[in-house]
Amino acid sequence: MAAFCYRQDDINTDLLFPGKYTYTCATGPEIKEHLLEDLDPDFASRVKPGDIIIAGSNFGCGSSREQPSLGLKYVGLKAVLARSFARIFYRSAINQGLLLVQSPEAVDAYDDGDSVEISPSAGTVTVAGKVFSFPPLPAEMLEILEAGGLLAHIRSRVADGGGSGG
Amino acid sequence: MGETFAMKALGRAAGKSVREGEIVFVEPGVVLTHDNSSAIIGKFESTVPGGKVRYPDRLAIVLDHVIPAATSKNAAGHARTRSFVRNQGISHFYDIGVGVCHQVLPEKGLIVPGSVVVGSDSHTCTYGAFNCFATGIDRTEAAGLWITGRTWFRVPETICINITGHLNYGVSAKDLMLTIIGKISASGANYMAVEFHGPAVGSLRICDRMTIANMGIEMGAKVAVFPGDGIMHDYLQLRGVDCSGAIWSDHDAIFSQTHSFDLEEVAPMIAMPHQVDNVVAVTDIPETPLDQVFIGTCTNGRLEDLIAAANILRGKKIASTLRLLVGPASREVYLEGMELGIIQDMIVAGATVLPPGCGPCLGAHQGALAPGEKCLSTANRNFKGRMGEKEAEIYLASPETAAASALTGRITDPREVI
Repeated sequence: MAAFCYRQDDINTDLLFPGKYTYTCATGPEIKEHLLEDLDPDFASRVKPGDIIIAGSNFGCGSSREQPSLGLKYVGLKAVLARSFARIFYRSAINQGLLLVQSPEAVDAYDDGDSVEISPSAGTVTVAGKVFSFPPLPAEMLEILEAGGLLAHIRSRVADGGGSGG
Repeated sequence: MGETFAMKALGRAAGKSVREGEIVFVEPGVVLTHDNSSAIIGKFESTVPGGKVRYPDRLAIVLDHVIPAATSKNAAGHARTRSFVRNQGISHFYDIGVGVCHQVLPEKGLIVPGSVVVGSDSHTCTYGAFNCFATGIDRTEAAGLWITGRTWFRVPETICINITGHLNYGVSAKDLMLTIIGKISASGANYMAVEFHGPAVGSLRICDRMTIANMGIEMGAKVAVFPGDGIMHDYLQLRGVDCSGAIWSDHDAIFSQTHSFDLEEVAPMIAMPHQVDNVVAVTDIPETPLDQVFIGTCTNGRLEDLIAAANILRGKKIASTLRLLVGPASREVYLEGMELGIIQDMIVAGATVLPPGCGPCLGAHQGALAPGEKCLSTANRNFKGRMGEKEAEIYLASPETAAASALTGRITDPREVI
């Protein structure tokens, strides 16, 4: 596991995925090509499944475009650990089944090269052996996240005969 | 204990009394999508192959972001959307040229006070000007709403913004909102509702309220909402909208924070690159020559904005060192502007008029910037790379400041030229 650490606050959706590609790139491979292009041009070629991003406050602010959350899920990112998240990005990550961990203390504790372990079920993140807890998701959202995202959740409900009312 | 607007709006939609922090499920009255509809159709069709949209009358689809299509790929997305609209019987469809979605929906009478509106666009919060609980969602959630008709919300806490006084000559609602964002910060209203209160609310026109509500997201707000007063009734009743559902917070509602702003103290402001909350007074910035000025968008492309700009530009010529782009927010605005002669005034002054749409705001076409160029825009975002080039700089300001700057070729306080 590698951690990509961007300490700045207000990392916005244009830095995560430039708006000029919004209406021509919709699939995972198309998005990956430009993911974080204006923040860290090496990210897309270096990221591996199981890696994490560590960031400051208000991560994902700006547009409602979902290429950032969809792209990060596609490349196999395990989680984003940040001091806080912008609202639409937070929703979007749940909709894509991407784990977000909000823990300012854990972000502050992290130094380059530290090991980071995340346990979503226990609600803990361990940085260089120090354990921090983070608030668990409300049950309704956890259900969507655990299904692998909103559309997978809807598919499973339709398959269960739950109709489309969920 | 009294209830806030957010508690009442979500409580009504959920059919029960709600408390802050609670998760509720609601069926929004309008689900807006735009050029991103094509990608949403893909998600819809792969989730429920051959399925029908649950409530086609609640969908509103506006093609506005990259219009006319810049590439065959954009054109294919538009074509797929038109076909889906026909097959699903979606009546609230507005093809290219009708305007920017956030201007078109109120013009067409689709925005109903007191209702819940969602859109796959972060500036959906604009409809807070019409007393709506209106907020942005992503494409996946829009696809889910097309299928199920419902989604969840956490009932937000509320920030009260109290406004007093009157705007001075040459100062506009944009300057007020930039002042507010500069104080509250880009994340200061994250997850929260913002209500606008105070005696000065009654002096803000619908266009002013739309500019302010539009930029609620730039301080993280879930919704940014105005009361359903006579000014709103006058606008909506002309468009056949039932305003009886308007709601407002109780006098004893509890707010998490209260901020006060005196309009007399608001001056022309600029959001400097590359953050919307990086706000300074126009008089406090160093000499800044510009390469392009853009007047338009869902923030400031309305008739009143174009009139304010034309009043400054009329009978003069823009600086030879820059380009001036003007994008009316809708066909209705464009036609009214032509009748008033203000479009002609701006063209004679040197403006290039764009079709009613989002134009250069998102950097996908029309008026993209070269590396190192500086653009003053009346839009709502100045993020690095926003207008297509990460080595360019975007400054945000009012239509008055934009027009004054187009004349001088550098960022200029409009009070110097009017």
